[in-house]
Amino acid sequence: MSSSTDADEKKKESFNAEAASLLVNNLRATFASGTTRSYEWRASQLKALIKLCDAHEQQIIDALYSDLAKPPLETVAYEIAMFKNSCKAALKELKRWMTSEKVKTSIATFPSTAEIVSEPLGVVLVISAWNYPFLLSLEPVIGAIAAGNALVLKPSEIAPATSSLLAKLLGEYLDNSCTRVVEGAVDETSALLQQKWDKIFYTGNGRVGRIVMAAAAKHLTPVVLELGGKSPVVVDSNIDLKVATRRIIAGKWGCNNGQACVSPDYIITTKDYAPKLVDSLKAELEKFYGKNPLESKDLSRIVNSNHFGRLTKFLDDEKVSGKIVFGGEKDESKLRISPTILLDIPRNSLIMREEIFGPLLPIITVDKLEESFDVINSGTKPLAAYLFTTNNKLKEQFVMNISAGGLVVNDTALHLAVNTLPFGGVGESGVGAYHGKFSFDAFSHKKAVLYRSFLGDAPVRYPPYTNIKMRLLKALVGGGLLGIIRALFGLS
Amino acid sequence: MEINGEFLEESVRELRQYFRSGSTRSVTWRKNQLTALLDLVHKNEDAISESLYQDLGKHPVEAFRDEIGAIGKSATYSLSCVEKWMAPKKSDIPLLFFPAKGEVLAEALGVVLIFSSWNFPIMLALDPLIGAIAAGNVVVIKPSEQAPACSSFLANTIPRYLDSNAIRVIEGGAAVSQQLLLQKWDKIFFTGSPRVARFVMSAAAKNLTPVTLELGGKCPAILDSLTNPSDFKLAVKRIVGGKWGPCSGQACIGIDYVLVEEKVSSHLVELLKKIVRRFYGDNPLESKVISRIVNKQNFTRLCNLLKDPLVAASIVHGGSVEEKHLFIEPTILLDPPLDADVMTEEIFGPLLPIITVNKIGESIEFINSRPKPLAIYAFTKDETLKRRILTETSSGSVTFNDTMVQFLCDTLPFGGVGQSGFGRYHGKYSFDTFSHEKAVMHRSLCLEIEPRYPPWSKFKLEFLRLAYKLNYFGLLLHILGLKRYK
Repeated sequence: MSSSTDADEKKKESFNAEAASLLVNNLRATFASGTTRSYEWRASQLKALIKLCDAHEQQIIDALYSDLAKPPLETVAYEIAMFKNSCKAALKELKRWMTSEKVKTSIATFPSTAEIVSEPLGVVLVISAWNYPFLLSLEPVIGAIAAGNALVLKPSEIAPATSSLLAKLLGEYLDNSCTRVVEGAVDETSALLQQKWDKIFYTGNGRVGRIVMAAAAKHLTPVVLELGGKSPVVVDSNIDLKVATRRIIAGKWGCNNGQACVSPDYIITTKDYAPKLVDSLKAELEKFYGKNPLESKDLSRIVNSNHFGRLTKFLDDEKVSGKIVFGGEKDESKLRISPTILLDIPRNSLIMREEIFGPLLPIITVDKLEESFDVINSGTKPLAAYLFTTNNKLKEQFVMNISAGGLVVNDTALHLAVNTLPFGGVGESGVGAYHGKFSFDAFSHKKAVLYRSFLGDAPVRYPPYTNIKMRLLKALVGGGLLGIIRALFGLS
Repeated sequence: MEINGEFLEESVRELRQYFRSGSTRSVTWRKNQLTALLDLVHKNEDAISESLYQDLGKHPVEAFRDEIGAIGKSATYSLSCVEKWMAPKKSDIPLLFFPAKGEVLAEALGVVLIFSSWNFPIMLALDPLIGAIAAGNVVVIKPSEQAPACSSFLANTIPRYLDSNAIRVIEGGAAVSQQLLLQKWDKIFFTGSPRVARFVMSAAAKNLTPVTLELGGKCPAILDSLTNPSDFKLAVKRIVGGKWGPCSGQACIGIDYVLVEEKVSSHLVELLKKIVRRFYGDNPLESKVISRIVNKQNFTRLCNLLKDPLVAASIVHGGSVEEKHLFIEPTILLDPPLDADVMTEEIFGPLLPIITVNKIGESIEFINSRPKPLAIYAFTKDETLKRRILTETSSGSVTFNDTMVQFLCDTLPFGGVGQSGFGRYHGKYSFDTFSHEKAVMHRSLCLEIEPRYPPWSKFKLEFLRLAYKLNYFGLLLHILGLKRYK
């Protein structure tokens, strides 16, 4: 009996700056003891994470269903399977990642050898988001652990079932002396941000991203900020419309009902082609989600009433009234909004000024498709940009002229699953990247090491400085054996 | 002209427009600018030497070795590699996504701001500039006002050689820096002290601007008891060169203090004195081989470090200062108190504390109980000690059996960790630091994977499970209806 009261007491105890400081000190002591450094420890932790997934799949599905009504298939495919894959890939590559990289040295430092050694940064903080609460918590954790760090994970309180499941499961499966989970909201996050970390990895929005970076600045802590933006889809007319449409739908509503950082945010297409695209979207949407998508079990719901209100405001904006060509149904009690398409909306409407992060898809029309580049470049740099076309010249121009975290031609969102590609933003969409080896690197310090010997010492380095030393020095620094020989013989 | 907020805003706007025009993207533009920079350096060697002498009393050989020569080498290397660096890097895409192509494309960040420092005022402005140009950006350089002759030189000379639509020098002090930080940049590259770095990063946070911070720290030199006397002598020579050679100790990777076993400390002191006398003569001020202290403020700071009576008592060589010329002679301290300022702050001057330990292995704990430095130097032939230093300490870099030369290696990243900073440059790392690595994936509209799409079913779920495992055979069986699933 008393133990449950104690547990309640503990929960009620707020996690303040003092508690955060104590936690960090504990982790620092563990890190200093060297526990996290060995290959064996890192591999054991990664294996434990895989076991966690296998043993608790149903619980994870249930938690995500509770937090987001996420369809079980989405959870299994996009959260669990993707995560397990990353773990396995990390396990396979870990030894190689941990090996130091030998580098060439030039005549300027002859004789010498050099290498770059990867070392952990120390004690790191991972702050996760609510939309892929399992994946976005644990994917960075793979990198942190693989790189040999101690860490604190702060899952999003907006996905509470997943948050508490993570706290429970990580507590059971991972080495608690090195990895801890802190649950909570603004107060707890602020307490954590006041501490000195060796790296902070944040996934979320730009507003909080600024707060995180400002807090990091006080301690000169490097950060990775995985943010978002308005990811545009440019649709050309010379394509297989059915395939393109399905891929757009899969990336938009198939990814947490549009609540994903790389979801297509809006479409740009020509005035002529737009009606065909709209018809195709309507037809495929019905095939996927039935005649009553508001009831479809294959779509996530909106995460909470805050976001429901935010999305409803977009539809209430008078600039877009009359522009809804499909959907627009809402059910506040169930926090559901049906897949909604808006056609030909003005560029200055509310929905075009912020990241939508929901099931609303505006279509902007232009006279010539080339104009779409200006539309995209007039906004801030998004996390992703997509183009559907068979025109190779247009593809080339798109790749060269559109700046975004990542680009995909003829598909959407898929690049997330390719761990040989760095995943991260630029400008407003973020700083830094991860996935695959990029995760390992994000949590490592690459230490330069130069080995010199006692053989041979160029007297040119030392005073007293003479003219001949100056000549030799010029030749030595400038490189080139010939130059050195000439200088030695006084010929330069 | 007055440098106020309005002027800076307009400048940044112009630079951004020029960047948007695409002129800085071409490999021709980048190579032209790098060539022009080489031209600038070669044709103005004397003027640069003169400015460095004026600002810091640097000897022309030191000026060449540490600044002019280094820039020339860096620009030449970048010129020969820039095209290679600009080429997209292919990434392997799993068969599952066939047909697909993946690559990473380096793209310019846009409008970048470089803050240079006063101790290597030419090099720390131009070396980052090389990276920014190679990566195709437009640049504002803010040289340090503490080195006014060099700042002036850069402001007057850069417009004569480089494309002033793309590269501008803005001179001024703290007020101008603050105004600059109010603008929106795509990258800020800062070399300087941790204190100012915090301001820079806080300002950058307002716009989510990525930063590289090249700071400093107390860089230790561990001197093991080398059994071969000529090795020991060579090590001490290199320590002297690495302490007073670069700007009289005012260098971020200069040796701050030495750790040595108690039993060889007196031998070390003797050797140090001998070599200092050999290099700098009996009257170092007159020899004109060592730089002076940059300004009154730093001079006073360094003098104050020596005023502590316990520190003064530990002086075993030197200690005399000459205020008129802002000169402090090479000074050696033996075991000053560890809680004195001289051992708690980065010295950045010509004072060399020698800290004795019982066993050289204790150096590791000593270093680890202090903030991570930009460089650790270790003179030893003991492979076990080398391994321990490498794995048990953390620093920007480690150099064995020498000092400073890691700086000349274009293949090694140059940057700090912890309090010594983050981010890195030199060689390709300079190019990378001013680039965004954009992931690009090409897919084709044929060959569709149906199970990607709802409505969901057990079949589709199993398909995706197998797909993620890249279990192609299993997938085949599954599609043919020959595999059982849960």
